[in-house]
Amino acid sequence: MGEASVSSAKLKYVSASKTFDVDKLRADFPILQTMVRNKPLVYLDNAATSQKPLQVINSLVEYYTTYNSNIHRGVHFLSEKATALYEEARVRIKEYINAISACEVVFTRGATESMNLIANSYGRKFLKEGDEIIISAMEHHANIVPWQILCEEKKTKLRVVPINDDGEFLFEEYLKMLNERTKIVSITQVSNTLGTINPVKQIVEEAHKRNIITIVDGAQAIPHHKVDVQDINSDFYVFSGHKLFGPTGIGILYGKAEILKTMPPYQAGGDMIRSVTFEKTIYNDIPNKFEAGTPHISGAIGLGVAIDYLNNNIDFTQVEEYEKDLLEYGTKRLLEIEGLRIIGTAKEKTGVISFVMDNIHPHDIGTILDSEGVAIRTGHHCSQPLMERFCVPATARISLAFYNKKEEIDAAIKALYKVKEVLG
Amino acid sequence: MSDLRDLYQEVILDHNKSPRNYYKIDHPDHQAEGFNPLCGDHVYVYLKMDGEKIAEISFQGSGCAISKSSASMMTSMLKGKTRKEAEELFNKFHNAVMEEISEEELEKLGKLAVFSGVREFPTRVKCASLSWHTMLNALKGEEAPASTEL
Repeated sequence: MGEASVSSAKLKYVSASKTFDVDKLRADFPILQTMVRNKPLVYLDNAATSQKPLQVINSLVEYYTTYNSNIHRGVHFLSEKATALYEEARVRIKEYINAISACEVVFTRGATESMNLIANSYGRKFLKEGDEIIISAMEHHANIVPWQILCEEKKTKLRVVPINDDGEFLFEEYLKMLNERTKIVSITQVSNTLGTINPVKQIVEEAHKRNIITIVDGAQAIPHHKVDVQDINSDFYVFSGHKLFGPTGIGILYGKAEILKTMPPYQAGGDMIRSVTFEKTIYNDIPNKFEAGTPHISGAIGLGVAIDYLNNNIDFTQVEEYEKDLLEYGTKRLLEIEGLRIIGTAKEKTGVISFVMDNIHPHDIGTILDSEGVAIRTGHHCSQPLMERFCVPATARISLAFYNKKEEIDAAIKALYKVKEVLG
Repeated sequence: MSDLRDLYQEVILDHNKSPRNYYKIDHPDHQAEGFNPLCGDHVYVYLKMDGEKIAEISFQGSGCAISKSSASMMTSMLKGKTRKEAEELFNKFHNAVMEEISEEELEKLGKLAVFSGVREFPTRVKCASLSWHTMLNALKGEEAPASTEL
């Protein structure tokens, strides 16, 4: 599929001088006005999933009301429109992350599927017995389990870069681990449990010096920072649409074209082929080679709309400053609570605060906060090895987005004092 | 409308703070492990039998207030009961936390009736049930750790 030239004209990039008005932004997110348990919703679970602006919600309604159709092969008006908008979304995402070509942007179900795609397609073809894969101790299960499965099958070795007690990546240990058997380095840009921001650019640089393929898990980073895949220069970058204010069920695998071209298909079926006979089947070019079956068309279009929203309303320099301020405020107020301990105290952090309270289980914290309308997550956050590392059964986690306010943190803190009252 | 007080009743808070029978039996006749990886509740149940009767029952582990108090109350109730009575109580408890039961049935549960409030908090049902599933596994001599995940 060629790049649709229509899309660039539609893009409006607002200059950096727009002011950050959190209330104005909040008004775009209808769910933030709802009541929960007869209290105003205080949504602090953004690392699990983000809320959606009306523009994204409306785009889904518009799709199904006016032009829903299967894409790529129809010759009628609806199909042409759906195809154009689906491919335009791909181009917008390519521009958003600064990929070189839209063919480097593969639509998947999410970061988890993207990881599995790389492990199954790239990993199975190029890794052999004795090769090594490096991940870190703070990875999400999606960046652990696919590699464990691959290692069992190919008899490769999984090596884990340790972290210190603040939850920081130990770069020196990483350097020591790199050797001639290392074939893949796969690291998260931001930890969904600790909030730690990793030096992915440097991690990629060191790997590339030794001709090692690199993967960066951007699921938790991209909602909070502007991502430039040329700058990071990793061979693969993955993220999920639902964390980036887009619909669920859609995600992205970015891969450098020259690498994607060498990879065998992941799932097989319609659309990833050019021709099929019982004697021989010829696969399609990238990215379609990796997009078998009817995709989540409305999801892709919705993600494109989410990116439009961000381009038109958000200056990430301001967002970073605002969220840093919110994080500092939240951290300070949490630490005022006796018996509360924060897990994840890296110097460089995104707005994620995991914490535990003496003699009070996170599960109970979550339920009592819920009764006050405050939504947080409790459990192991798909990072059981991290729980073990910090010797806790689970944590409670507050995770921020640009539409959260100080007043919401105050509401959470008030609810935490109630927790102490009930269970302390 | 589910009130938090329906869940964290006095007796539950009491059993959480001062769990009864919270120790490890040295040479148990049966023991089993229960683990809910999704929330981090972990429990061990130990049994010493006298024929068909549960002579001694204790538990250890780490978990939320609901799971701990449920385990504590369970051990208090089951001491001296027969294997059959324990299994019957399991079923009654399971029904109470999963669905609406009659006043009569609720009364038969005695102190355990307080857990009927858990029904209004579906995500916490597993916390209340974990120790019971574990106890059942112990009675049956199951090897693999119990879980409330089916």
